[in-house]
Amino acid sequence: MTAAVALSLQGLHKAFDGNPILRGVDLELLAGERCALIGPNGAGKSSLFHLVSGRYRADAGRVTLHGVDITRQSPQQINRLGLARSFQITSLFPRLSAFENVRCALLWTLGYRYAFWRRIGRSHEASTRALAVLQQVGLAARADVAAGELSYAEQRALELAVTIAADASVILLDEPTAGMSRAESAAMVALIREVTVGKTLLMVEHDMQVVFDLADRIAVMDNGRVIACDTAPRIRANEDVQALYLDRRRHG
Amino acid sequence: MKRLLLPWLGFALVLLAAPLVFPQSAALSLLSQMGTMVLLCLSYNMLLGEGGMLSFGHAVYSGLGAFGAIHLMNRMAEGALAFPMTLVPLAGGLTGALCGVLLGYLTTRRAGTTFAMITLGLVELVSACVLMFPEVFGGEGGISGNRVIGEPVLGISYGPQIQVYYLIAGWLLVCAIAIWALRATPLGRILNAVRDNPERAAFIGYDPQRVRYLALILSAFFAGVSGGLSAINFEIVSAEYVGALRSGAILLFTFIGGSAYFYGPIVGGVVGVLFSSWLSAYTQAWQFYLGAFFILIVMTAPGGLASLIDQGWRILRSGAFDTRMAVRAIAWLAAALPVLAGLVLATEMAYQASLGSLAEAPLRWWGWTVDVHAPLPWMTALLLMSGGVAALWCWRGQGGRS
Amino acid sequence: MEFALITFLNGLGYGFLLFLLSSGLTLIYSMMGVPNFAHASFYMLGAYVAYAIAGVLGFWPALLIAPLVVGVAGALVEHYGLRIVHRYGHVPELLFTFGLSYLVVELVQLVWGRAPVPYRIPPALDGTLFTLYTTAFPVYRGFMLLVAALMLLALWLLLRHTRIGLVIQAALTHPQMVEALGHNVPRVFMLVFGGGCALAALAGVIGGNAFVTEPGMAAAVGSIIFVVVVVGGLGSLAGAFITSLLIGMMQTFAVALDVSLASLGLSVAPDSALAPLLRLTLAQVAPVLPYLLLVVMLIVRPKGLMGQREG
Repeated sequence: MTAAVALSLQGLHKAFDGNPILRGVDLELLAGERCALIGPNGAGKSSLFHLVSGRYRADAGRVTLHGVDITRQSPQQINRLGLARSFQITSLFPRLSAFENVRCALLWTLGYRYAFWRRIGRSHEASTRALAVLQQVGLAARADVAAGELSYAEQRALELAVTIAADASVILLDEPTAGMSRAESAAMVALIREVTVGKTLLMVEHDMQVVFDLADRIAVMDNGRVIACDTAPRIRANEDVQALYLDRRRHG
Repeated sequence: MKRLLLPWLGFALVLLAAPLVFPQSAALSLLSQMGTMVLLCLSYNMLLGEGGMLSFGHAVYSGLGAFGAIHLMNRMAEGALAFPMTLVPLAGGLTGALCGVLLGYLTTRRAGTTFAMITLGLVELVSACVLMFPEVFGGEGGISGNRVIGEPVLGISYGPQIQVYYLIAGWLLVCAIAIWALRATPLGRILNAVRDNPERAAFIGYDPQRVRYLALILSAFFAGVSGGLSAINFEIVSAEYVGALRSGAILLFTFIGGSAYFYGPIVGGVVGVLFSSWLSAYTQAWQFYLGAFFILIVMTAPGGLASLIDQGWRILRSGAFDTRMAVRAIAWLAAALPVLAGLVLATEMAYQASLGSLAEAPLRWWGWTVDVHAPLPWMTALLLMSGGVAALWCWRGQGGRS
Repeated sequence: MEFALITFLNGLGYGFLLFLLSSGLTLIYSMMGVPNFAHASFYMLGAYVAYAIAGVLGFWPALLIAPLVVGVAGALVEHYGLRIVHRYGHVPELLFTFGLSYLVVELVQLVWGRAPVPYRIPPALDGTLFTLYTTAFPVYRGFMLLVAALMLLALWLLLRHTRIGLVIQAALTHPQMVEALGHNVPRVFMLVFGGGCALAALAGVIGGNAFVTEPGMAAAVGSIIFVVVVVGGLGSLAGAFITSLLIGMMQTFAVALDVSLASLGLSVAPDSALAPLLRLTLAQVAPVLPYLLLVVMLIVRPKGLMGQREG
């Protein structure tokens, strides 16, 4: 039985002020798989994320989520359809507590919409679910601390919590272990593995240890294109990838 | 829950007892004005403090709400409509909300400084339009009305000021509770999120523009209620109710009070009315004092008076307030008072000298008659100020309070 | 024909004055990132200080000294006031200028009283430059145009063709980089602020005696210059120039044209809701036009006519 395609990128092009950043990206993610997106700086990985999540509009190409075309949709519409993303530079609500951050991420999926006629107290479903998520990422003890006052690692954990809180089926993580020590990275990897069970994961990463630990498949990007997408051993053996990395190393 | 109940009970008690403590008619009038201004500032802080939306045109909603209310009152007086006076502020609120629906759609399409500039343009636009249609808005003279209509109900006719005060206090309490409760709703929480990081808010499923729009409509409702109360209180509504000057005052007072705290606008509204309505009876220089005070707050306590109160409360609670701190605080006050006294003396003399009705009229100050043309009072003022400043400068190094 | 020409020249004069006034604001706005509400107050100060100096030394020294005095005052305000508030964020900065504008009006009233002061056009410039058909075009209008044009030429040359101008331009958009390159960026900001205020003061010097010099003059132009700066586009002098002329023309023509929809032939029943609307003349609607422009522009194109970035 073939797994359904969760996320499909077809021929994505994007240029900024005439500079082409994405020159035709093709990628297909099957439901439930974990895919790491690697490549040298400037390859267009973050731009691809921005495109898929709706922050930028593609010049050409298509993005489909569970078969639904989301190429022209706004970020909030895409999120409501089941795609959540994290940010490379931590993007939280600094004046709200950790608990509030996660709870806000839950409100839409739980159907609260723009309601202003009902209060959400500590006993509501949103609150109990938020606490559960905080428990999962290990921030339950810091639930009432303002997000802006958490340590860097705690903020990264909170960033993850906010991303996965609403139970999105497709999750995009942008360098989740950036700036972390070996130990912190290992903890984050374990956490990611735990919270993305059954979800489709696309992850930008530079840390190859993390990539080999987590990813089912690895997609390699260079110069605005995906030049290879395969399992780890095959990627290691892939000539184009070798040329890319060895070439770079030779030219410093 | 009990923790929250106490302050609210206290607030209700203060509202109830205030006219008993200050029964003079001038005081009642002042209290009534404070009530409407506090509600207006609370409604404004829904945008500024909760939503991070800096609006220069909030008076549009309270002003148009006031016009709506006064027109309703006139229809009621003509006998064309039977409507309880007590509920007229609701009509003001609905008018404000309607304007929020129409105008807010234009303004909330953009955020940040662009939003602020649109509101500036809008308030000038609306106040100019108000003057262009004297049939609806009464031109320069405005529209007047009567708050005593028909027979008194349960002894209440709203003729006496004390009855109007309790009407205002009642609406203020109900609306304040509503504004407080809104913070705990999904919309209230998401509004805070949009304030902190609108992009992230989009990525968790909410349209920041829609959130701001709804917040503006709700805020405009409460502003309209405040406008309706003003219409009842003064029985006249004119173009200046809708103007940029009034919008600026709302911003000023809310900021002075402190926009990061729920009770900040309450403090700000009270202080603002004290300056503009109470102080203005005692001195010509009140606008100067207001401006100077405002600049002082901006430069030394940008979190507003509420932040100072909060700081003081924390220090007291933590028990860190020992004798040494008390001594320092007293010393600081002892140095600051002469500076203030000297400054006020100099300002009053300057105003008297420049704008006094009679060129030779002396200044009356707390029973003393001060000749503004003699050098001695000026020297005194200078001495007071320099002495105080010198003391402050010396004590600066020792870590003055706040 | 005569009407059109005279109105055009008047509109040009008003537009140039507006640009002189808003050029400083557009520079300060790009630098601070927040609108300077006290800018019109420096315009007012320029007029009053010029009046004071002209009474003692005459108009020509006043023309030179008044902008310098006000410019220095502006630089001091930036150094001792704005700089402190800057680290609290945008809103406190904005409110500081707000409070400042309040204070300046009070101070001016304190020193010079609440009534308009007799700041007059100097007799040497009082007269008719030329007569177009039957309308006289005053010398002073021509003088205003000349001064404004010369000043703006000087400004353009300064910014484009001198080193300090280059540094200023760079510091307006990338202050940290410029500082890293070794330039004294705080000093540049002080210079720009003082310079902007001096420009506003100059506009006051030459405008104050053509129009009226009174405590309300700041409020009268205050909002319009914001329209110019925002519609023209953040940081764009060219945009401010175009918008100033546009508004100058728009206002002058609108005020001069006493037509209404009713006078053009459209009519409805006298007691219908639309009747007051149709009776409105263009002259009555004139004050509203700049704000209409502002609101429309901000909704349609927040960057302004020629701005590079939004807000």
